[in-house]
Amino acid sequence: MSVYFLCLILFCIGLYCVLRKRNIIKIIIGLGIIEYAVNLFFVLIGYRAGGRAPILAKDQVVLNMVDPIPQALVLTAIVIGLATTALMVAIAIRIYEKFGTFDITKIRKLRG
Amino acid sequence: MKNNKEPGMTLIVKTITRLTVGLILLYGIYIVLHGHISPGGGFAGGVIIALSFVHLMLAFGREVALRKLSQAAASILESLGAIMFLSIAVLGFLGGYFFLNFFLNKGRPFSLFSAGIIPLCNIAISLKVGAGLFAIFVAIVLFSRDSGIPPDDK
Amino acid sequence: MNHNLLPLYVIIPLGAAFLISLFGKISKRICDCLANLATFLLLGLSLLAAVYKPSTGILVYKVGGWIPPIGICLALDGLTSFMLVTVNLVSFLVTIYSISYMEKYTDKWKFYTLFMLMLAGMNGIIITGDLFNLFVFLEIASIASYALVAFGTEREELEASFKYAVMGSVASSFILLGIALLYSYTSTLNMADISRALDIKGISPIISFIAVLFLAGFGLKAALVPFHAWLPDAHPSAPAPISAMLSGIFIKTLGVYVLCRIFFNILGVSQNILFIFIILGIISQIVGAILAIAQNDIKRMFAYSSISQIGYIIFALGIGTPLAILGGLFHLFNHAIFKALLFLDSGAIEYSTGSRNLKSLGGLNSRLPVTASTSLIGSMSIAGIPPLNGFWSKLIIIIAAIQAGYFGFALIAVLVSIVTLAYYLKFMGFTFFGKLDTALLKIKEVPLSMKLSMLILAIICVLGGLLLIPQFRPFLESAANVLLSGKGYAGIVFGAVK
Repeated sequence: MSVYFLCLILFCIGLYCVLRKRNIIKIIIGLGIIEYAVNLFFVLIGYRAGGRAPILAKDQVVLNMVDPIPQALVLTAIVIGLATTALMVAIAIRIYEKFGTFDITKIRKLRG
Repeated sequence: MKNNKEPGMTLIVKTITRLTVGLILLYGIYIVLHGHISPGGGFAGGVIIALSFVHLMLAFGREVALRKLSQAAASILESLGAIMFLSIAVLGFLGGYFFLNFFLNKGRPFSLFSAGIIPLCNIAISLKVGAGLFAIFVAIVLFSRDSGIPPDDK
Repeated sequence: MNHNLLPLYVIIPLGAAFLISLFGKISKRICDCLANLATFLLLGLSLLAAVYKPSTGILVYKVGGWIPPIGICLALDGLTSFMLVTVNLVSFLVTIYSISYMEKYTDKWKFYTLFMLMLAGMNGIIITGDLFNLFVFLEIASIASYALVAFGTEREELEASFKYAVMGSVASSFILLGIALLYSYTSTLNMADISRALDIKGISPIISFIAVLFLAGFGLKAALVPFHAWLPDAHPSAPAPISAMLSGIFIKTLGVYVLCRIFFNILGVSQNILFIFIILGIISQIVGAILAIAQNDIKRMFAYSSISQIGYIIFALGIGTPLAILGGLFHLFNHAIFKALLFLDSGAIEYSTGSRNLKSLGGLNSRLPVTASTSLIGSMSIAGIPPLNGFWSKLIIIIAAIQAGYFGFALIAVLVSIVTLAYYLKFMGFTFFGKLDTALLKIKEVPLSMKLSMLILAIICVLGGLLLIPQFRPFLESAANVLLSGKGYAGIVFGAVK
C-alpha cells in the first residue's frame, strides 16, 4: 500500500514543478517526472506477491508470474511520453530563437 | 594540449568509438530479432540502433555521421518502416482479419523462426524508431547551429 | 455494410499520412491529390455506415481474430456512425479549403502528414471498443494537434502551442492514472467487459475517484470551464483550417464523445454526475459568452464562443431526458458545421486582407461577397435565428430543460443565447458593414476551393433543420438511444460478438 502512496507523492512533486517553475526546460522535466510516476504506478499494480518476471525460460512454471499486461501498456506509454518530450523540446528551442529567453514570465504576448 | 580545429572529441574517445560502435549496432539488431523470445523487441532495439549513430556523431562530429546516414535517408527509412508495418497489418486481410497472424506458425517457445508476424513487425518498428530518433536528434542539432543560437563548446 | 470495413477508418488516413511523407516532397499536387482522395473515401464510408443499419443495431469487429475481451474489438453503433459522419464531413471540406489556403506556407507535405495523423487518431477514438486503445489514439491525435498549432512558427503560435502541450500532457497523465486504477479494480480493458465487471463487483469509493480523474482529464480536452485556459490561445494561433478542425470536431471527439461513452455506457450515470454536468455546462456558457464580448480579435472571439457552445452541449447531456440528449447531439452536429464555417470565413478574411483585428476592418461586404454571405449565415445560425439549424437545436435544449423542471437554468440558457446574438452582430457590423478602409480597396475574393467549401457548409447550415423530419430522424435517434441504454451497451456488444 505504501508504494502506491509514494508514487502519488512523486506525481505531486512533478505537478509542483510544472506549476511553479519559471524556466521552460524545468517545466519539461516536471512533465517527465509526472509521466514516470504514472508509469511506475501502472507497473506496480501488476505485482503479485512472491512473483517473478513474466518471461518463459526453460525450467520455470507459469504459476507465480506477475501480470504482464501492465508491462506491455507501460511500454506504449513510455513511447508516447518520448514523442511528447521531443516535440516540446523542439518548440522550446524555437521559442528561444524567437524570444531570446527561457523565462515564461517574459513570454506573454497573448493576453485577454 | 587541446586541439580546437578538429571536430569531435579527443583521440581516446575516437579510438574507443571506432572499436565499439559496430558492436552497439549489432547488439541493437540482436535485441530486435529476438524480441519474441527475450525482453526487448522493436522499440528498445530501435533506440539502441539510433544511439549507435548518435554516438558516432558525438565522437566524430556532424560530417562523419551524416555521411553514414544522411538526413534525407533517415526520413525515407522512417516512412518506409511505417508503411511496412501498415502493409503487414493489411496483409492480414488475406486470412480474413486485420492483423491476423498469417504465417500460422504459432510460436514454439525459444525458437527464433516462429511466432508468425511478430519478428516482421519488430523489424518494421525498429526501422521507424531508429531512423526517427536519429532524425529528431539531427534536426535539433542542425537547427540550433544554423539559426544563430550560440553553441556552447568554447 | 460488411463488418470488415471497420478498420478502414483508421487504415486510410494512416496510409495516406505515411505515403504523403514519402512522396510529398516531389510535388505539391501529389499531396493535395492523396489527402483529398483519402478524406473523400472516408466521407463515402461514413455515409455508408450511417445509411445502412444492421439488424442488431451494432457491428463488432475483432482485430486479429482474437475474441474480446482477450483481444481488441472495434464497435460501430448509432453514436459511432453519427460522430463518424460529423468528423469526416468537416475534414473533407477542410482539406478542400486547405488546397488554396496552405499555399502561403512552405512544406505543405508536413501539414498534410500531421493532418492525416490527427484524423486517424480521431477516427480511431470513435470506433474503438477498448480503453487503452482509446488512450493511444487520443495521444496520436493530441500530439499531432500540438505540432499543427505551432505550424507557422510565429511568436504567438509557439507560445500558444507550448501552453497547450503542457496542459494537454498533464490531462493525458490524469487519464492514464484513471485507466490504471480502473484496470486494477476490474482487471480488464475492454469497455463492455468493464461495464459488466462493475455490475458484478458493485460501486466502491474508488469509482468516484476514477470518475473525477476522467472528468478532469477529458474535461480539459473538451475545454470545459475551469479547464479552458488553453483554448483562447491555441485556437486563434493555428492556421485557419486547423482552427476549424480543432474547434469544430477535435474538442468534441476527444472531449464530449469520450465523456459520454465513459459516463453513460461504462461507469453508469447517477444523479450526482448529471448534476455536475449541468453545473459545468452552465458555468461554461456564462464565462464563454461574457469573455467573448470583450474581444477585438476575430478568431479569439470565436474561440470563446466555442467554450460557450460546448457548455450548451454538456448542459443538455446533463439533463438526461431523451429529448435533452437528442437536442445535445443535434447541437453537437450543428456546432461542428457552423463553427467550422466561421473559422474558415475568418481564414478567408485573413487571406484577403492580412489582418484579424476588428478595429481595422470594415465595409468588406462590397469586396468579398461570398465570404460576407456565408459569414452572415453562420452567425445567424449560431445565434439561433429561425429557420437555420442552430435555432432548432437550441429550442429543443431549452424545451427539454423546462420539461425537466430546471426553470432557472433554462432562463440562463436563453440569456446566453441573446448575448451570443449580440457579439455576433458586433462581429458582422465591424467587419462587413460600415465604411471600407482606403487601404483595403484593392482586395480580391478568395480562390475557388475556399469558396466551394464555405458554400457547401453554408448550404448544410440552411438545410440542417431537415434532420428533424421523420425521414432523417433515425440518424439522431439511434445516437441518442445508445446513450440512453446506458449499461445495456455491454449486453449489446457481447451479443453481437460471434
